[in-house]
Amino acid sequence: MMTVTTGNQHTWRKAKSGLASALAFISALLVIAPLALVFFYLLKSGASSVNWNFFVHLPAPVGEKGGGMANAIVGSGELLGLAALIGIPIGVLGGVYLAEYGSNRANAWLRFIADVLNGVPSITWGVVVYGLVVITFRSFSAYAGGLALGLMMIPLIMRTTEEVLLLVPNGYREAALALGVSRWKTIVHIVMKTASKGIITGILLALARVAGETAPLLFTAFGNRFWNRNLAEPIAALPLQIFSYAISPYDDWHRQAWAGALVLVVGIFFINMIVRLLTRVRTAG
Amino acid sequence: MPATSVPVIAAPTALAMKPPSRFGDKAFEWLTLSMALIVVLLVFLVGWQLARGSSRAIQKFGFHFLGTSTWDPVAEQFGALPFIYGTLVSSLIALIIAVPLSIATAVYLTELAPLWIRQPLTSLIEMLAAIPSVILGLWGIFVMIPFLRDYPFPFLKEYFGWTGLFTGPIYGVSMLAGGIIIAIMILPIITSVSREILRSVPNLQREAAYALGATRWEVTRIAVLSYAKKGLFGAVILGLGRALGETMAVTMVIGNTPQIALSLLKPGYTLASVIANEFTEATSDLYLQALFEIGLVLFGITIIANLIAQVLLKTMNTTSTTRAVQ
Repeated sequence: MMTVTTGNQHTWRKAKSGLASALAFISALLVIAPLALVFFYLLKSGASSVNWNFFVHLPAPVGEKGGGMANAIVGSGELLGLAALIGIPIGVLGGVYLAEYGSNRANAWLRFIADVLNGVPSITWGVVVYGLVVITFRSFSAYAGGLALGLMMIPLIMRTTEEVLLLVPNGYREAALALGVSRWKTIVHIVMKTASKGIITGILLALARVAGETAPLLFTAFGNRFWNRNLAEPIAALPLQIFSYAISPYDDWHRQAWAGALVLVVGIFFINMIVRLLTRVRTAG
Repeated sequence: MPATSVPVIAAPTALAMKPPSRFGDKAFEWLTLSMALIVVLLVFLVGWQLARGSSRAIQKFGFHFLGTSTWDPVAEQFGALPFIYGTLVSSLIALIIAVPLSIATAVYLTELAPLWIRQPLTSLIEMLAAIPSVILGLWGIFVMIPFLRDYPFPFLKEYFGWTGLFTGPIYGVSMLAGGIIIAIMILPIITSVSREILRSVPNLQREAAYALGATRWEVTRIAVLSYAKKGLFGAVILGLGRALGETMAVTMVIGNTPQIALSLLKPGYTLASVIANEFTEATSDLYLQALFEIGLVLFGITIIANLIAQVLLKTMNTTSTTRAVQ
């Protein structure tokens, strides 16, 4: 069909090819258009409300000007810290198992389950942790919020850790084992050390991913208009605060929501930038 | 490690030495195994917790829960149909918008774009993926909804109202707005998974088609896209799984009204949004149970979507893991 063509047909086919390329190019533009639009409005509506007060003050009551999200920023940090305590050890060690031990078949199943777990909607984690922790202890708490985020991090970190450990050449392992180093020390001191940048990259990406999560926190961390003095009590988080301000009817609060959104996005992109720097060094070296 | 390296230097005495203890090895293997098994535990934990939380609602409503459309917390009548409908329709709209755009973008990134543009474009798509759902929702409320209300919706109503899909008053918040915002959320994941799949198509495929005199588009269509069909389908289903469970952004723009209406300009409600909105307001025990059951339904359909997606994607051998092993 394609072998013998007259000149005319050839032009037509060329034109069709050009048209398809153009459409693909336009699609690519349309895909990144929302990014540009969101960024433009974040800067336009948020930048004017991000000031010193925003970072050091508690939210102001309705009707009062000013106020900030200091408690939400600190709260998000505390929640991420709690999540890291759960997600990092389980995720990294689980990833070590997938890369270094086990049979191919069983590991394929574990990998499969981790990937499926990755697709569980974030709101589901909120409901599950509510049932596990909030009902049991009869209180919304920072612990519950941290647990929900931490559980979400596990499959993410597990898979990235496994992938970077598999990139470590087998010669490294063989060399260490041949020197009489025990297997677990080989893994910890040689394999994980070699892949440490990659492991950290995976951890940072998982943190960036859960830092913006709102749904799992709605009925675990719950939010708090004041400082959290006790991790067993409700705590504020930046995404929660943005949500409750966005759906409120007050213009002042809308402005605060935009400011909070700008701060959150800048924070997440900052983490992503560190990741990019780390990976660049890794591929270059 | 200096202690362990001694035997190598003093080889003759190696035989006389005590065999090294295997305790550390065993302990470490068991430790990592137990951590890896936590993912299995988590799947069961989620299922068990959701089933336990909704057991009495399941007993009371049975399968009627899925088929009735009354949602009346005061009368304690609960039916999930409007939410199932809203979830499916909004996800379908999202797929209709996102699939052609994402796959075309993936084709552009792997087959057509000049080399220097590929990396920056990929980075931009990763940045879009990094925008939190709640921020997209904020943008949706204050930028997208007013725009849709003023321009595209009246246009659709005027010229396509006869289809029945675009009738009724225009509020802005609507099923269609929900679908569009979900589409934006799933664009990056479908694009990046499709890109991985297209990259895994062997170059021999392309070369063979070029050798037959095919144009660029013909090569893409005949040699690349048809070869990668299954994997691309997997990417789409993976996107569907994300779309079904998308919560914050869609909650903020879909209007949150439990109704089944043909018109896409009318507000709707999804499984995930009803949980997000009403969970903390559930005053009665049965109300909370019904919301847990909604969570169970949501978990069920996303698990099925993800299972199908993973099975399809596994057939393509794309992940860097498999590359690393080979």
